[in-house]
Amino acid sequence: MSEHLLSIMTFLPILGMAILLLIPRENDSLLKSFTLIVTLVTFAVSLPLAFNPVFTTDGGMQYKEFASWISVGDFFEMNYNVGIDGISLWLVMLTTFIMPIAVLSTWQAVEKNIKGFMALLLLLETGMLGAFISLDLFLFYIFWELMLIPMYFLIGIWGGKNRIYAAVKFFIYTAVGSLLMLVAILFVYYYALQSGMKMDGFSIAQFYQLQVPAHAQLWLFLAFAFSFAIKVPMFPLHTWLPDAHTEAPTAGSVILAAILLKMGTYGFVRFAMPLFPDALATCMPYLATLCVIGIIYGSLVAMVQTDVKKLVAYSSVAHLGFVMLGVFALNLQGLTGGMIQMINHGISTGALFLIVGFIYERRHTREISEFGGLAKRMPIFTTIFLIITFSSIGLPGTNGFVGEFLALVGAFESGLRWYAVVATTGVILAAVYMLWMFQRVMFGEITNPKNAELQDLNAREIVLMIPLLVFVFWIGIYPNTFFSKMSPALENLIIQVKGKQQVAMVQPIEAPHHVEFK
Amino acid sequence: MENLVQAALATVNYAAIMPSLILTGFGMLLLLIGVFSKPGRTSHIAWISIVGLIVAAVASAQAWSALGATGVEFGFTNHVAQDGFALFFNFIFLVSAALTILMSDDYLKREGYAVGEYYALILFTTAGAMWMASGTDMMTIFLGLEVLSISLYVLAGFFRRDARSNEAGLKYFLLGAFSTGFLLYGMALLYGVVGTTNIANLGMYLAAHKALVTSPMTIAGMLLLLTGFLFKIAIVPFHMWTPDVYEGAPTPITAFMSAGPKAAAIAALLRFLLLGFDSMQAEWTALFWVLAVLTMTVGNLLAISQTNIKRMLAYSSVSHAGYAMVGIVAANAIGMSGVLYYMLAYAFMNIGAFAVLALAGKQGEENLTLEGFAGFGYKRPFLGVAMCVFLFSLMGLPPTAGFAGKFYVFAGAVEAGYIWLAVIGVLNSALSLYYYLRVMVSMYFREPTEDFAWVSMPMGAMICIILAIAGVLYLGVLPQQVMEMAKTAMF
Repeated sequence: MSEHLLSIMTFLPILGMAILLLIPRENDSLLKSFTLIVTLVTFAVSLPLAFNPVFTTDGGMQYKEFASWISVGDFFEMNYNVGIDGISLWLVMLTTFIMPIAVLSTWQAVEKNIKGFMALLLLLETGMLGAFISLDLFLFYIFWELMLIPMYFLIGIWGGKNRIYAAVKFFIYTAVGSLLMLVAILFVYYYALQSGMKMDGFSIAQFYQLQVPAHAQLWLFLAFAFSFAIKVPMFPLHTWLPDAHTEAPTAGSVILAAILLKMGTYGFVRFAMPLFPDALATCMPYLATLCVIGIIYGSLVAMVQTDVKKLVAYSSVAHLGFVMLGVFALNLQGLTGGMIQMINHGISTGALFLIVGFIYERRHTREISEFGGLAKRMPIFTTIFLIITFSSIGLPGTNGFVGEFLALVGAFESGLRWYAVVATTGVILAAVYMLWMFQRVMFGEITNPKNAELQDLNAREIVLMIPLLVFVFWIGIYPNTFFSKMSPALENLIIQVKGKQQVAMVQPIEAPHHVEFK
Repeated sequence: MENLVQAALATVNYAAIMPSLILTGFGMLLLLIGVFSKPGRTSHIAWISIVGLIVAAVASAQAWSALGATGVEFGFTNHVAQDGFALFFNFIFLVSAALTILMSDDYLKREGYAVGEYYALILFTTAGAMWMASGTDMMTIFLGLEVLSISLYVLAGFFRRDARSNEAGLKYFLLGAFSTGFLLYGMALLYGVVGTTNIANLGMYLAAHKALVTSPMTIAGMLLLLTGFLFKIAIVPFHMWTPDVYEGAPTPITAFMSAGPKAAAIAALLRFLLLGFDSMQAEWTALFWVLAVLTMTVGNLLAISQTNIKRMLAYSSVSHAGYAMVGIVAANAIGMSGVLYYMLAYAFMNIGAFAVLALAGKQGEENLTLEGFAGFGYKRPFLGVAMCVFLFSLMGLPPTAGFAGKFYVFAGAVEAGYIWLAVIGVLNSALSLYYYLRVMVSMYFREPTEDFAWVSMPMGAMICIILAIAGVLYLGVLPQQVMEMAKTAMF
């Protein structure tokens, strides 16, 4: 079982989808419960990964699986080559964890064509898991593109009134980036072959060994970075995100924010940075500038939004800016902060989209001006909303603080000191837009009579939020559970990136600091 | 004289043309049966033609497995070579013809043109295509091209009471005849230069006499010859005929034209380029670089502005020929076998898409607009999903045949160092996303505006679509075996 654990976990959802297609389309409740069960089983299957102590000591790939897939003589070879390390571990766990919540959130929100909706969700889960576990660039590309199709339909069919524009924009933005990446992948592959390397398919481990000349690195890095930066999204490639987020159905927004955006940041960490370290060093000032612009600009735009969902969407742009800044710091604090902030963003922004979904289902509007004084009618909702808001702002004691703090410290300690200083204002801005929104929606008198009849959260909705709240505090108070399993892999990454940098060779390689949070 | 005749007779080798002989035989049989069949009752003719195609496929497969010993079977004083290359293309033609015939039976009945000649003409076209792919002599290739073209002219104008179909037939005929003139003139000039009509000898002669390569007569001959082929493949700027002809011709014939005959012209073109003009490779790769970029870009740009799906697919078919040209520019083993793979993949995905269109149309009014397709996915769930599979494949998304094909040709380009060409190629793919997505937007994201004529799924079309889906997924997920075949097929 354990040697095929990753494959079982990845293909369970698509298998579930095949069975789901046999269920009659009228049987709504069966369709929903079946999908929920499939995602829960997938989560259960993935649990042993999180409890495996090997990640605390070994930064290499675990649970490796290898099978030959396509091999056409001396033309090319592709393999089914998967495995996870401390970096992908938590993203895999986040995926399997968020999926049941996303399914549960659709219980009442989705009315038309439930069968199609559920089938697409399951297909999406396979795509996401596959992308996180791929150790072969070609395989990664396949899964990467596979995610696109279900998301396109989820937005386009079940989205809001501007859904067609949002879906097409989402699709084209993402596909343009990935197509350029495809050319870069091919180039690296043939470069490796022509420089005499015996390639085992498009194996990442072997690409890591490759020394690409600096000028080629720049182009290749740009092609990869373009593709990932669209997905993150980094300013100025972020414009698809507010549209897609706002129009997508709640479950779609949750998955988009919690997991799909992480594909971009993960892509940087796993591929773009270690493969092309020189180009990374060259581009660093520009990338860091874009991160900082993203943080400030995302926050400022979020502040003036009148639609709660749009506000949350723009706050994502800012949050992901912190993630990328931490990652680009390339020291253990920064990377740890960036990685944990990826998880945090998944939890808190995912939760925020669920919360927006709750009030939208009740009132069918998301305009801030339509609300006010909800705290009086919905005490449980208020409590949960407040906690998540604090988590999103980064209040100490919640998960957001740990991530943002470490990412900023990391950036401050690396060459990105002044970027970190400017970025810190983003934390204040986050408090402004979140708390101001919270105040306008929740506090004050009930001015709109429609709000007077609102029901508080029901059992299903509370059950949905509890796991998220648990992790808000767990990561906030005792993040070492997560750090300890990330650190060895991140240390490997730092050695991989810095050790290979030709231009930065003059600087001694810093000994990685150990993060203690006791 | 008698010796000459005997020497010529000695090289008669029916084995070398067996698949096309079978098709010709079946074609004539169908004509005969057609005489005794009532108009409108032609299902048995369709099925007999399918049997003919299967027999030809079996003969091709046998020839393929016998290849190992000799690698090639020559015949008719070296006018025909049945090698891996020709046989691989045979499979493309047979697949195209079979899928076309499967979707035709019900379609022709609906439109009121069910007569037996239709199927015979498809078989003759296929036989002509086979001669083009296996011809090693200008005369054989010309013969094949004429058999193919004349049958196609008739098929394009097959709906004789329909003005658009008439226009398609006439337009195709006039322009086709004109371009054939160019081709023939080019052949004559080349014969004047080298004194032989055999392609391999042409190549050897040019290689041995380098001075001839730059002579105006050779270059003029090559350009005229290429023009003839480029017209058939619909390479920009010789693509002007495609939209009108593709839109006017009966839908199954449009599907067929865009796959089978196009592949035949590419086959003949490849043989000329690789064997005949081997010593001019630097010149023709530069030429095809420009042609590939033009064809991809113009085809896509024109497709974007179309609101009629059939016309949109016609323009998209132009751009797909452009992707195939990328493999030709690469001119390495990967790129060239990529072209072969791409044409097979294209046959499945494009004919599949046209099959859905053929089923979606109403009698007499088959031109489907994007608005008319609104909500199609909800009205006809199976056809909607099928159409999505074909469109994703046409876009080149994994895990479909279209992705594998594009990957193959672009890999060739990158390996040969044509990075920019590959970049332009993928950007074109991105451009094409827009118009393919629009079809899906209509099918799923819009509410139905009009009722679709509810025809029960005819068996032939059903088989056609299922086979096409199977082909698209097989070539996309498990490409290994066919890629190996395409690799061995290149000489």
